[in-house]
Amino acid sequence: MPAERRPLSRTALAWMMVGEWRAHPGRVVTAALAIAIGVALGFAVHLINGSAQNELAQAVRAVNADADLQVHATTPLGFDEMLYPALARSPGIAAASPVVELSARFGAGPSRSLEGGGLTVLGIDPLRAAAVTPSLLGRGAAPEAGASGFVPESLFDPRAIMLSPAALSASGGKVGETVTITAAGHSVDFVVAGVLSGPGSERQVAVLDIATAQWLFGSVGRLQRIDLKFVGGADPATIEASLRARLPADAQIVTAQSEARRGDNLTKAYRVNLEMLAMMALLTGGFLVYSAQSLSVARRRPQFALLRVLGLERRGLLAQVFVEGALVGAVGAVLGLALGLGVAMGTLRFLGGDLGGGYFRGTTPDLVVTPLPVLVFFGLGLVAALVGSLLPALEAARAQPGIALKDLGDRNDPNAKPAAWWGLGLLAAGGAAAFLPAVGGLPLFGYLSIGLMLAGGVAAMPWLSRILLSPLQGVGRRSVAIDLALKRLWGAPAQAAVALCGIVASTSLMVAMAVMVASLRGSVDDWLTEILPSDLLFRVESGGFDADARARIASAPGVGDILFQKTQPLRLAADMPPLVLLVRPVDKARPDASLPMIGRGVAAPAGVTPVWLSEPAARLYGHEVGERMILPLGGANPQVFVAGVWRDYARQAGAIAIDQADYTRLTGDDRRTEASLELKPGVSPAAAGRAIRAALPPELAAQVQFFETSQMRAIALRLFDSSFALTYALEAIAIVVGLAGVAATFSAQTLARTKEFGMLRHVGVLRRQIIQMLATEGALLGAVGVIAGLGLGLAMSQVLIHVVNPQSFHWTMETRLPLPLFASLTVALIAAGAGTAVLAGRRALSADAVRAVREDW
Amino acid sequence: MARTLKLAGLALLAWMLTAAAPGKPVLPVFPEVRAGQTLTFPADHGAHPDYRTEWWYVTGWLKTEDGRDLGFQVTFFRSRLSVDQRNPSAFAPKQILFAHAGLSDPKIGKLLHDGRMARQGLGLAQASTTDADIVIDDWRLRRGADGRFIAKAAAADFTLDLAFAPSQPVLLQGDRGFSRKGPLPAQASYYYSLPHMKVSGSVLQGRRRVKVTGEAWLDHEWSSTLLDPKAVGWDWVGLNLDDGGALTAFRVRDAGGNALWSGGSLRTPDGATAHLGPNDVTFTTERIWRSPRTGGRYPVQRELIVRTPAGERRWRLTPLFDDQELDSRRTGGPVYWEGAVRAPGARGYLELTGYVSPLKM
Repeated sequence: MPAERRPLSRTALAWMMVGEWRAHPGRVVTAALAIAIGVALGFAVHLINGSAQNELAQAVRAVNADADLQVHATTPLGFDEMLYPALARSPGIAAASPVVELSARFGAGPSRSLEGGGLTVLGIDPLRAAAVTPSLLGRGAAPEAGASGFVPESLFDPRAIMLSPAALSASGGKVGETVTITAAGHSVDFVVAGVLSGPGSERQVAVLDIATAQWLFGSVGRLQRIDLKFVGGADPATIEASLRARLPADAQIVTAQSEARRGDNLTKAYRVNLEMLAMMALLTGGFLVYSAQSLSVARRRPQFALLRVLGLERRGLLAQVFVEGALVGAVGAVLGLALGLGVAMGTLRFLGGDLGGGYFRGTTPDLVVTPLPVLVFFGLGLVAALVGSLLPALEAARAQPGIALKDLGDRNDPNAKPAAWWGLGLLAAGGAAAFLPAVGGLPLFGYLSIGLMLAGGVAAMPWLSRILLSPLQGVGRRSVAIDLALKRLWGAPAQAAVALCGIVASTSLMVAMAVMVASLRGSVDDWLTEILPSDLLFRVESGGFDADARARIASAPGVGDILFQKTQPLRLAADMPPLVLLVRPVDKARPDASLPMIGRGVAAPAGVTPVWLSEPAARLYGHEVGERMILPLGGANPQVFVAGVWRDYARQAGAIAIDQADYTRLTGDDRRTEASLELKPGVSPAAAGRAIRAALPPELAAQVQFFETSQMRAIALRLFDSSFALTYALEAIAIVVGLAGVAATFSAQTLARTKEFGMLRHVGVLRRQIIQMLATEGALLGAVGVIAGLGLGLAMSQVLIHVVNPQSFHWTMETRLPLPLFASLTVALIAAGAGTAVLAGRRALSADAVRAVREDW
Repeated sequence: MARTLKLAGLALLAWMLTAAAPGKPVLPVFPEVRAGQTLTFPADHGAHPDYRTEWWYVTGWLKTEDGRDLGFQVTFFRSRLSVDQRNPSAFAPKQILFAHAGLSDPKIGKLLHDGRMARQGLGLAQASTTDADIVIDDWRLRRGADGRFIAKAAAADFTLDLAFAPSQPVLLQGDRGFSRKGPLPAQASYYYSLPHMKVSGSVLQGRRRVKVTGEAWLDHEWSSTLLDPKAVGWDWVGLNLDDGGALTAFRVRDAGGNALWSGGSLRTPDGATAHLGPNDVTFTTERIWRSPRTGGRYPVQRELIVRTPAGERRWRLTPLFDDQELDSRRTGGPVYWEGAVRAPGARGYLELTGYVSPLKM
């Protein structure tokens, strides 16, 4: 009579669920919380990245406006302006608009941050831009301003500048007021003539006449960009191909697609890594759900048996456990979505769209929420909880009502050896996956390897815990409590494993992350020592020191040995973020004296210019030592020789070092933007700074920024820490959730053994001894968990260090172990194990022994 | 010691001159138009970049193979801007070139027009000083070695591909090319015309290329101070008379619509030229057409009364059609009316400027 059974089962279901949760809220809450954290992290990373991508696309639109195609200079030095008439006359080109594009800042002083002012100055020819990029013309600057005149001269006013709304507010001025803009080493006063009304108003853009830009910012004869509009109906691919053939080495074609890919490449590794971390957190949540559900199923075995006897089918029990899991998952997922939204808003507000990675400057993207990701992340949380409930549900359904009703405890035979092949097989598969190459520049197999190792480690726990406990057999002869504890853990490895899997999962992930971050930070620290050997550093953001200025600086009082260098962005490929060209004196025979080299270099053959690639550059562009590559710097022969690879953690998009004499020969550019120097004995950095400023022309002196090496180091490490802020936060959360999971699991397991304690009391074991036994059990479980978690975590950290990092960030590092963290983790876990077992034990023992035994019906 | 100090001072000064933001701008000096200059050709067909404003104005009537009448104009302008002459950039907007082309097709009933505008330089826009040769991108007006002018202008709705062969000598306006435009002697321009030029070539409309013949008129004029400050615009007409004669008449108006200055010339078929002064030219208005786009009220049908030594002559000017307004604000010009007109025994072009807002040069 199924129609009558159903209401019974539904009532029973609801009653059992609510009763269980009411009895053990901690367990449900931890499981839901773990799911929530996974969902929150994933959702937040997704939201932040979505907003950042949106912002990036807007920025690209704001600066690039609406051209069909752009030709962009590979360096800020630009290309020869005669390319413009050549391209304008090319077949298929309806209009060409020349652009001087400079990175700039407001004010005449040095930039306030290391990252620059974030203002883009565009020098355009309004007459040409009108046909190609009308949105750059802004309100009040379009030629239709007056119906009366012939050519409105105000259009070419050399003192007039148009600002985007963001630039206007950053300038602190108003329309009609004067603002100072510094670019390419020149500070110039302009009158704000109007506001740009194009898209992407978040971006700081200043537009002025191209001739003024060339003249006042010292860029006569050079252009950084040409915007092109095609003839209607022309085939873009054909035009692109014919243009490509005409381009000099220092110019490249940029399309909306390549720009989008570039933006995507900029943050891809960072983003995917964080999303993977979120998935890992979700996995931990799944394990905690599994652990909680297993225990609750084990504890309620008699209840389930009774329900079966009353007529509930197996499928009904299965559904029961699944619904419980689904509810936990749903609550966790909803909580996680809310939390994720909050985290995303906070992060965008305080860290910016790149999660503190330093890719975007001076902008706060708007949060973009669409329904699809909301559903996806909700679903992920639900699935994690359901998968976690799968095994417990099957077990509940398998129970034989007769035996289960009597609650014989662990159904396993204490003498049976737990199987190891399952877990070991997964571990081996995980190890093998680590050796597979990256997929599309992403370390997907690396993450798969970590996932497999995690699953394998957890699956091997029954076997492993027995191995770990076997040396202790016989240790507890003299103490009943210890002997009892050991015997129990030995005899019921499956239950121990249930308790352990949550601990092992969260501990190992935490250890892996901690080892990776510690290794990276340690390597960065060493590297900073290597690259910052001198006493004082200073730089100008743009323009630079010519030979005359350098001579003045070198002869300033207090200045000892001094080394000048220049860093400038270089676009090697249109769809990759620009890398950094590092111009400095490099001893070609001994490059390791100037650069932190990795491995051996090869001397360049005669007549070929050597360059030294940073590790990320070599990996990103697939160049090996001894190869030749194209360095798009202009000059007759753009081919250079890769003479070596050096370590670099600062420029994730890559860096190429070139000897300064070679650079000047190739480009004709003799200016240097940075210097590092030794102080003469007894000279303070401040005094040397004053002397250098005094030696320079006032305009240049005003732009110089000084750094003491120690200060620089602190800044670099602070930047490092801020870019790992989210990782640290994740780690802290993982620790808290892991400990909470351990506590909930232990207390649940202990409470489930009320009957056993009653029995022990009956046979004469003292209450004190039971507490001792529980403390020993808890501590042992904690210890086993720590050992397994550390082992597994270390293995996973090696995958992170040697697979995930080289594949996604293109750098390598040496493993460093955060021993204090390990020690405190060990203590915390063992203490938490013992402490919660004792606390729960006291509660379990508070009922009198007689009643406890009577539970055996 | 003093010597080294002086040297240091000099170095500092030199550095300040090169590195400091430009101080006082160096503005161009525009030469005045003076009487008594002799125009020499072909150099004076070319550009005069020192002067503030210059134009080459070709207007005319075309006849298509199937016998339809079309009006056309191709105009190239040069404008010297009052910007800092020290700017070494090739983009420095010292000279701006712009051009308009218009086609009056009665079948369409409104003027089709387009324009080009660019700063001179980098080979994309230039005006030769040795002969007429003005280039803006793909538009060009050039005088060939055979004396024929070639004009090419690809507009959005049509393309003009025309050659003009002079059939008469150059007509020097005013006093041997010195043409007064206002009450002050400095308010003048150098001005000559080439009437009765024989047109050949083709007009492309849509996908249809039509062979055309006809008669055109070229005006070339340059000046630095053309208009009186009180002037708001002018009316100008150039008529190719059927008997081979050529009539030029203009008047500069003030805000009240009264003539500040008038002038022109009448060359008879025998080559004798009568120069017309302020009292010799009268325009009357017979009909006003109101532009639905700009609201400008143009006297498109009028009677032109000219006092010549041989007596008073009248021409009743009727437009080919009313809507020949040209809004060239997008390409650097004003809104004006430039249309084909006919009169008994004559065909030509009428230009009406300053009817939407005062014209500034």
